[in-house]
Amino acid sequence: MPRKDHKGKVSGQLPYISDVKVENMVYGVLYRSTIAYGRIKSIQLPDLPEGYEAVGAEEIPGPNYVKIIKEDQPIFANEWVNYIGEPILMLVGADLNILYDLLEKVKIDIEEHQAIYTLEEAIKQKSAPGVTMASYEFGEILDTITSIELKAHQIIEEEYDTGYQEHVYLEPQGMLAIYKDDEIVVQGSMQCLYYIKNALINALACGDDDVRVVQSPTGGGFGGKEEFPSMMACHVAVAAKAVKKSVMLVFDRSEDMVVTTKRHPAKLRYRTALDRKGNILSMSVDLFLDAGANEGLSSVVLQRALLNSAGVYKIPHFHAKGYVLKTHTVPNGAFRGFGAPQSFAGIESHMCHLSNTANIDPLEYKRKYLVKQGDPTITKGNFRDPILMEEMIKDLLNTSNYKKKKTEFQQDNQQNQRYKKGIGTSLFLHGCGFTGSGERDHIKAKVKLVKSKDDQVSLKISNSDMGQGIFTTLSKIVAKELDLPYEEILFPYPDTKEVPDSGPTVASRTTMIVGKLLERAAKKLKSQWQTGVEQEVVENYVHREMIPWNEKTFTGDAYPAYSWGVNIVEVEVDTLTGNVKLEKVYANYDVGKVIDDRVMKGQIDGGLAQGLAYGYLEKMTSKEGKIQQKSISDYGPPTSLDVVSIESKIFDNPYADGPYGAKGAGELTLIGGAPAVQAAIEDALQTPFQQIPVTPEVIIDSLWMKEGEEG
Amino acid sequence: MITFTLNGRKVETDAPPTARLLDVIRDDYELIGTKEGCGEGECGACSVFVNNLLQNSCLIPIGSIEGAEIITIEGIMESEQFKILDESYSHAGGVQCGYCIPGMVMASAALLSQNPHPSEAEIREGISGNLCRCTGYNMIVDAVSLAAKKGDGLWQKK
Repeated sequence: MPRKDHKGKVSGQLPYISDVKVENMVYGVLYRSTIAYGRIKSIQLPDLPEGYEAVGAEEIPGPNYVKIIKEDQPIFANEWVNYIGEPILMLVGADLNILYDLLEKVKIDIEEHQAIYTLEEAIKQKSAPGVTMASYEFGEILDTITSIELKAHQIIEEEYDTGYQEHVYLEPQGMLAIYKDDEIVVQGSMQCLYYIKNALINALACGDDDVRVVQSPTGGGFGGKEEFPSMMACHVAVAAKAVKKSVMLVFDRSEDMVVTTKRHPAKLRYRTALDRKGNILSMSVDLFLDAGANEGLSSVVLQRALLNSAGVYKIPHFHAKGYVLKTHTVPNGAFRGFGAPQSFAGIESHMCHLSNTANIDPLEYKRKYLVKQGDPTITKGNFRDPILMEEMIKDLLNTSNYKKKKTEFQQDNQQNQRYKKGIGTSLFLHGCGFTGSGERDHIKAKVKLVKSKDDQVSLKISNSDMGQGIFTTLSKIVAKELDLPYEEILFPYPDTKEVPDSGPTVASRTTMIVGKLLERAAKKLKSQWQTGVEQEVVENYVHREMIPWNEKTFTGDAYPAYSWGVNIVEVEVDTLTGNVKLEKVYANYDVGKVIDDRVMKGQIDGGLAQGLAYGYLEKMTSKEGKIQQKSISDYGPPTSLDVVSIESKIFDNPYADGPYGAKGAGELTLIGGAPAVQAAIEDALQTPFQQIPVTPEVIIDSLWMKEGEEG
Repeated sequence: MITFTLNGRKVETDAPPTARLLDVIRDDYELIGTKEGCGEGECGACSVFVNNLLQNSCLIPIGSIEGAEIITIEGIMESEQFKILDESYSHAGGVQCGYCIPGMVMASAALLSQNPHPSEAEIREGISGNLCRCTGYNMIVDAVSLAAKKGDGLWQKK
């Protein structure tokens, strides 16, 4: 059966936001700070032609911040600027070319202050006021760890760095505010309708009925359209209110790359005590995230990063501490995996290096520490469901012929001076849904099914299909429960006037949480079904009782369920150029139960392509507060020539509170890519790396160093 | 005035010669199937045929196409070849967010009309100018491969 949205997409006739034109519509362009940190002293506007207006902080009816978590992100900066690219005002008018000309003529006097440009600087200054935005600490008490370390055979310390990652959703961000006398309708590319609606109610200081949010077809999200669109929505809505016209704001690629959120760069410090045989006695992790200029969702990203800091391992005497630190750079935010990819890259790398010290094959070493059903989590929660990792590893070892290849590659590499082959593994998990009690206390998801007189059933939920395929999977669930043909189930693009708040489209929660609610709603509708009668059913989230999560002490069950994965990657490294060529990729996953095979394969292949590229291909840097990669060609996401076909398999492991047993799948598939590719490069070169991406430059540098040491 | 053929129809535009073909197609003729992804010829979302050759319309000034034959996704939508591609993309699961897809379909059609039986490597090469961030390309490669089989005989040059 075809995807629900196939026809409109394959023909290009489904209108994304940049394809939309409405009556009385003008464009907006943003004047942005060129200074990383400073105080605004004066703003001088050029003479604006008839029909052109400027909109800034003074035009905001409500408080001047984008409602996310903290109140630290201005809609239009009017006192301090905190990063290059921060919006100060918007020019509005009919012709974009005229607007761009006018933008050049805006003069703003900013008194510049000493900025913090890098995570290293922020770490040095983390005790200074305002630099540490959030921090958490948990695990074994440090005195105990110190006494263990005193008796240890050796202590291994490593520092590991991960870089930015840019989403590069193919459709740049875009938002339109449609001006009406009695309401503002905000329409655009987005993942979280009610995040935007709440931000608008705050910014416009208006009532619940005065704003409405409608999702347009969304050309990819990956987290990039989680919290960032709230700011754009405030811009266009404030402007529409001010000029009494509909206002469209669409970024071109370079603006999108320079000013939108990215994956947090991170620094991870490991300190591990080993006995004589290389067994782990204790481990401490310090984790630093570069938040950029505003806190945004960074504290929540840090939580997930910390919760994954021990990977899939039961480490004796584990301690972790993490910081969200402010720099005067573009704010970082949600990106598929949400802190977990940094942690898994770090811990997998560290475990691999520990295995070298112990002189044991990395995979064998890691398997000794694998968590098992019934084991406690690092936050004193419990892995209460069956864990299939051993089964999945054994299967993948066979499929990939790992052991044979490992030996063969090493022999071949001795013969071949230039091209070196390597094979690497990664083991990983993903906690499904919001952290801790978020679903129960903050989200409180509600879903609705509406049946019309002619017995057509529509899904009324606030979740976005941004390409991941929920139109298809969730419709299938409802169709199955109601015994109706899938084609007859309606799932229109959500509109807050029509749909209850079923929560944001994030955290691998949609299929598991919203899907389960829809399954229950459909069952209820079926039991009440009256042919030819309009009917409506509503279902509310019910929390599975676990070990209660305590955010202050960082203890309890952080997630209701976990999805799991194993990746094996083969590469060939050209030691002359440092280029890495993917040769083979194998992947096994446990996502509970698959609802749609094609949709799942789409998540596996797409997620892995992003995750692998995060490990060796995609590099973004910031210099004195400026993002250096302003175009797709500068940044280099994978093309069809970089990716190879992926051999993947799913292991059924139904979860009681997911629809038909389904757990989260969207983020899991990204997480294992980078650590597996790093491990494969290390295997090829027999050199450890302490960072991703392992780019050709990094490889060549390390080869020079190695030669220097040996020579 | 610049005169050219757009999807088989003779048209005239008074757009300045430096205007991008992409904007003229989208704004003046309201053909929305040609998308803008990067504006620098890197992503292929704006792919069209110019005199039967696959081109990025964001890089083409309208002044350079006097007398040329331009075909957009709308211009091939009714063809048998498109029908095969449509079915193949659907069957193989090649569509996710959809933003790259019209361009990808144009690139697929261009490839198959040059090479009706491409190998996997040739398909990867043929669509390498078109970025997709959702699929990791493999299901698109499968779609093109399937279209080659299903549409055997259809792809030869007109």
